Amino acid sequence: MNRSIIIQGISFVIYLFLQVLILKNSVLFGSAFCFVYIGYLLLLPVETNPLWLMFIGFGMGLFIDMFYDSVGIHAAASVGVMYLRNFWLARVTPQGGYDNGAVPSIAADGLQWFMIYATPLVFIHHALLFFIEAGGFQYFGFTLVKVIFSTLYTMLVVLIIQYLFPGERRI
Amino acid sequence: MGRIFLFIYQYRAFFTFLLLELFCTWLVILNNRYQGASFFNSANSFVASVNGFSQNTREYFSLRETNSMLAEENTALRKKLEQLNQLALKTDTLAGADSTVIKRFDFISAKVVNNSIDRLTNFITLNRGSEDGIKPGMAVISSAGVVGKIKITSEHFSVVTSVLNVDIMVSALMKRTGYFGTIQWDGHDPDYVKLKFIPLHVKPQVGDTIMTSGYSGVFPEGIMVGTIAKINPGRETSFHDLDVKLSQDFRKLSYATIIRSNLLNELDSLEMKVPNMQ
Repeated sequence: MNRSIIIQGISFVIYLFLQVLILKNSVLFGSAFCFVYIGYLLLLPVETNPLWLMFIGFGMGLFIDMFYDSVGIHAAASVGVMYLRNFWLARVTPQGGYDNGAVPSIAADGLQWFMIYATPLVFIHHALLFFIEAGGFQYFGFTLVKVIFSTLYTMLVVLIIQYLFPGERRI
Repeated sequence: MGRIFLFIYQYRAFFTFLLLELFCTWLVILNNRYQGASFFNSANSFVASVNGFSQNTREYFSLRETNSMLAEENTALRKKLEQLNQLALKTDTLAGADSTVIKRFDFISAKVVNNSIDRLTNFITLNRGSEDGIKPGMAVISSAGVVGKIKITSEHFSVVTSVLNVDIMVSALMKRTGYFGTIQWDGHDPDYVKLKFIPLHVKPQVGDTIMTSGYSGVFPEGIMVGTIAKINPGRETSFHDLDVKLSQDFRKLSYATIIRSNLLNELDSLEMKVPNMQ
């Protein structure tokens, strides 16, 4: 148990710095953003306490906000997704249920399941993020374009990371 | 009473969610409305040093361009200095002038630590802070043109609201015709901003120079903003819809100059008195 907490802590820091040092500078065509830190939040173990999930989401969001100068926006979006995550996990339970201490990843439940699990959550996260940033719906079309392209971009990077490190974080 | 606690306990996830979201909303509103009220921004020294490391790495890719830009600016400044020297020799009018008017603006140079261009509200972090005399509201320019206004300062860093921010407006002047309007970004292309409130009877041309007007007192008069790139066919308003190409490429911004306006307080308090007298 202790070991897994340490590993979670380390990967928290790795994801945070991956986001603010590298992916912050890689915006495609001015409209596709990659917020890979959502990958960390989605890959927390299935049995994590929902309160913990929200606090971890809040912490991660707030750190990202400090680097992006957008206080509260990433935190709000992350907390929202972390609240919805367990409901969605219960909805999309694979055949035979989740194993003890399972991580909702490709390695455990396959690519198709993971896409069904992760895509809507990433979409909701990005929608919350960009609409809060725009301060409402006055830039609706432009913001929606950003949400869709960013969802594709983020999902791609999250998938690549999982194929590169398939065994990681399955404790 | 016990049942209330039981109720809250049963729905503790939902209540925690609500509480955290309310806190986030409060942070967002605080950040939008007040200047310098928040700790969670990139003027925080740890965040700024990480961002500085990142910017240092990025800078290597634009060293050549920055160099040539600085050299060009040097020549231009030297030329101007020489002209002023000549003028002073000829007329010597400045001798009797009020020294506070001559020293109306102070210039402080700073290095860009963090910069963004892709969001609707973009900010820039500079490596000068309150210890160097920087205060919220000061103007920031670069060798090529306007950059923005100081939003928050910490001891050694400050955050600038970039011109590429849908919330910021800059009073601007068309050099050829003398008409003035307002510069505001529309959130789309980081190369272009909109020039608003130029009446239809003015005939702008592509290539016209747009400069700051100096009316707000924040920016000195005559700082380059850009040139008119496109005159959009007028919709049914009484103003032109003009696209202005910014003279400063914000992607390559690595040095900036902060302007301290020494007479800003005097100007503001004078203008404040006008509605009171009516």
